[in-house]
Amino acid sequence: MDLTTAPTRDERRITVTVNGEPHAAEVEPRLLLAHFLRAGLGLTGTHIGCDTTNCGACTVLLDGRAVKSCTMFAVQADGRRVTTVEGMAAASELHPLQEGFREEHGLQCGFCTPGMMLSAMALLAENPDPTEEDVRWALSGNLCRCTGYQNIVKSVLWAAEKMRRQNAMSAGGAQ
Amino acid sequence: MTKPSGTKPLDEIRIGGIGASRKRVEDSRFIRGRGSYVDDVSLPGMLHMEILRSPLAHARIRSIDTSKAWRIPGVRLVLTGELAAQRNLAWMPTLSYDTQAVLATDKVRFQGQEVACVVADNPYVAKDGCEAIVVDYEPLPAVVNPEQAFAADAPLIRDDKEGQADNVCYRWEVGDADGTARAFEQADVVSRLRLHYPRSHPSPIECCGSVADFNSATGKLTVYMTTQAPHIIRAAVALVAELPEHLIRIVSPDIGGGFGNKVPVYPGYVCSILCSILLGKPVKWIEDKSGNLISTGFARDMYLDGELALRADGKILAVRIRAESDHGAFFSDAQPSKFKIGLLHSAFACYDIPYGHISARGAYTNKAPGGVAYRCSFRVTEAMYFQERMVHAAAADLGMDQAEFRRRNLLRDEQFPHRTAFGFLVDSGQYGRCLELGLEAIGYQDFRREQRDAAARGRRLGIGISTMTEPLGAGNSREYDILGIKMFDAAELRVHPTGKAILKIGAKTQGQGHETTFAQIVTHELGIPAADILVEHGDTDNTPFGMGTYASRSTPVAGAATAMVARKIRAKARKLAAHLLEVSEEDVEWELGRFYVRGAPSRGASIQECAAAAYGNMPDGMEPGLENNAYYDPPNLTWPFACYLAIVEIDPETGVWDVLRVVAVDDCGVRINPMVVEGQIMGGLTEAYAMSNMQFITFDAGGNCVGSNYLDYLLPTAWETPGFELHEVCTPSPHHPIGAKGVGECAAVGGPAAFVNAVLDAIADTGVRNIDMPLLPDRVWEAMTYRRDVSGAPPVRTGGAAHTTDTADAGGSGAG
Repeated sequence: MDLTTAPTRDERRITVTVNGEPHAAEVEPRLLLAHFLRAGLGLTGTHIGCDTTNCGACTVLLDGRAVKSCTMFAVQADGRRVTTVEGMAAASELHPLQEGFREEHGLQCGFCTPGMMLSAMALLAENPDPTEEDVRWALSGNLCRCTGYQNIVKSVLWAAEKMRRQNAMSAGGAQ
Repeated sequence: MTKPSGTKPLDEIRIGGIGASRKRVEDSRFIRGRGSYVDDVSLPGMLHMEILRSPLAHARIRSIDTSKAWRIPGVRLVLTGELAAQRNLAWMPTLSYDTQAVLATDKVRFQGQEVACVVADNPYVAKDGCEAIVVDYEPLPAVVNPEQAFAADAPLIRDDKEGQADNVCYRWEVGDADGTARAFEQADVVSRLRLHYPRSHPSPIECCGSVADFNSATGKLTVYMTTQAPHIIRAAVALVAELPEHLIRIVSPDIGGGFGNKVPVYPGYVCSILCSILLGKPVKWIEDKSGNLISTGFARDMYLDGELALRADGKILAVRIRAESDHGAFFSDAQPSKFKIGLLHSAFACYDIPYGHISARGAYTNKAPGGVAYRCSFRVTEAMYFQERMVHAAAADLGMDQAEFRRRNLLRDEQFPHRTAFGFLVDSGQYGRCLELGLEAIGYQDFRREQRDAAARGRRLGIGISTMTEPLGAGNSREYDILGIKMFDAAELRVHPTGKAILKIGAKTQGQGHETTFAQIVTHELGIPAADILVEHGDTDNTPFGMGTYASRSTPVAGAATAMVARKIRAKARKLAAHLLEVSEEDVEWELGRFYVRGAPSRGASIQECAAAAYGNMPDGMEPGLENNAYYDPPNLTWPFACYLAIVEIDPETGVWDVLRVVAVDDCGVRINPMVVEGQIMGGLTEAYAMSNMQFITFDAGGNCVGSNYLDYLLPTAWETPGFELHEVCTPSPHHPIGAKGVGECAAVGGPAAFVNAVLDAIADTGVRNIDMPLLPDRVWEAMTYRRDVSGAPPVRTGGAAHTTDTADAGGSGAG
């Protein structure tokens, strides 16, 4: 959408660091963060499902914490760091969670997937060795209508194991 | 010709053929956030449309004042029914030969109905515009269920229809009424049950939407939209918008789940098209969740009242069902036109029952149009749910074990093909084996002991069984059509000079993984590695005609077309191989990926070499190229079978029930990609659990939708959803070219009864025969505490208790 054609409205200047890059923009105070990311920055991997903070398709990381970007205003992200699915890994690589979802068939239609992976990313940052129950609880703010969750849980556990192995190797290399 | 490396035949699994749990090719874009859903489509100069919806369920429109909306800067168009009527677009035909309002002109007939729309520079301004429209309504009494609709003094909902004097949408019947009546006279016991399958919404996470782009210079209309059936939509748009079909291009991009919700034609699509034509600019409409939940294709909402004629030894002699279906304000089901209540008459198809009769009546009510095939083959979910609940009740009435009662009545292997009492030809299966495998896997006998021990300590454990078959893959074309278009499907295959291929299909994935699995069918037939095959779908300019993906028909029909077109390619490649090998065609043998000379297996030509020859070295007189298409008209439906078992425990204090185990045995014939099949089954089981436990949409007496957002419409999360144990039996379809049967919906169809039967088993001592879904804690608590049935859609309850059992000679109806 064209976010600059609302001449009668007050606009605020914000600067948000998205996937490592700072972005400055004039936005209406009522503009949702999800719309800012999707329409303003063209980062369409953040999906909008429900408008009421239930489905979690719009989940992004705000300063490392999982938040739902459809019920947050862009102005509230001023001066903060946002990570979207596009920023999970460098262009040619995949994050272990992305690999895990593919390996364990953790997605079907793919609409909930970015939000699922980002919620899982926040979990693994806090708890690198979660149980199945931990994963189910951490993802309980994200709805999936296709998979029945069992393979999503397996995907996250797959990624957790790979990340632990990688961390052990890099720790070993540092010694 | 060159000898292939080694003499070992190709390993089909390794190259991604049938049976390979090939990782999905779709995933590489989805896991990167690079899918392209309709809301991701952005065109130069694109405007945004929002819809104003009715707050009332039934009201006459006195006036609509749009003047304030027009004055908002950035608003480009305010469209009302009056303006649409000037283009003959205030109403549109439905896929069920009814009419439906695009924008209301005379009355609103359900809460959430489209009244006006606003196009603006961005969606925020478009919403401002909607808020500025003033509509003056004269409220009318609302009708919210069939009982009210059929009452003598009911307000007439469809006063727009000439000759429509009541709220009856249709009447339909099937079966042998006289034979059934005679069988009931012979019965030792007649078992009865009345239940309501509550209204539910398929609710994919992605809502509906469209981007309509009418090019006034070329006259071409391109519509990007959330549709499971782009080719039917093209035909429908040609009819509705009176545009020439060759100048309409429907593109169905990535779809964030469909489940039947994205088959119908919705007013929002039509409005975006009309607005684009009027403005000469692309117009995007993206529905919000409330709009999706209150106005788009609902499912179920059927009252079923039936009885089984039983012999004392447990043999079922006949079945009789009366169904009343609530279709909302417009009859807009997308289903074969001959069958007004879908394939409800597939009920009891897995049992050997000589006589049956079904009578059905559809009701218009002041609710959103419903009756879509939500993850099922046209109302078979209601059919199988009633079947398995009725079977459960009958076994209990006879005092017979649930498994044993099914054992005595399921079709035996030697009975196939079997003509059912309602005319279906059930083609194959190993029903007994599936049941026994399920019973063994869940430890049925041990569980019964555990259940008794637990009961002695005050715990309530229960086990539920559901066995079912389902007719999947409509047509054949003799019986199945939509809008007069026969239900076949097509595939087109092009093999390029280097042996890489593009397959184009008329079906359309919404997450089922066609881009992965359809390539595997070609690999199976031709030996071209799946990685060398691109599958295209969803764009009507670029794919052959197909009826779309719903009712588990992709593999049974489009998958069969894919196998058949690959065989045509192979037939031509054989001629090319004979030419290359300098032998006659009769002396050429085929093994996966390669032809060779009979008796000299080292002399061969690979499929890739044949492809090169088709463009560079064809024999004299042969048409160049290696491409073809196939239209497949299935000789019959495919008939998968499944046995689902659940063990639950009810908290006696609260009525909350937990699922302890779920065992699924699915026989869907040959599995193309076992990983994908298992994903489909687990997804279906989750919807089954949801339906039985929490997921329903209801209405208050004023017709207000209760469940218009995800705070009120409960869907299970990872936390509640149980784990699943999956098992497999394989009876290949006798008529499908690769022996496959549909599977995507079986668990959603057959699963709910397993959970409900388990809860009822856990309170069997109370004599409760029925609790209508969803089995919310308060309903379970009420049933077990007061030892009474809990029926009807809360909070508006109709009728009363479910039927009780009567012996045949007592003859009482027990009607609620």
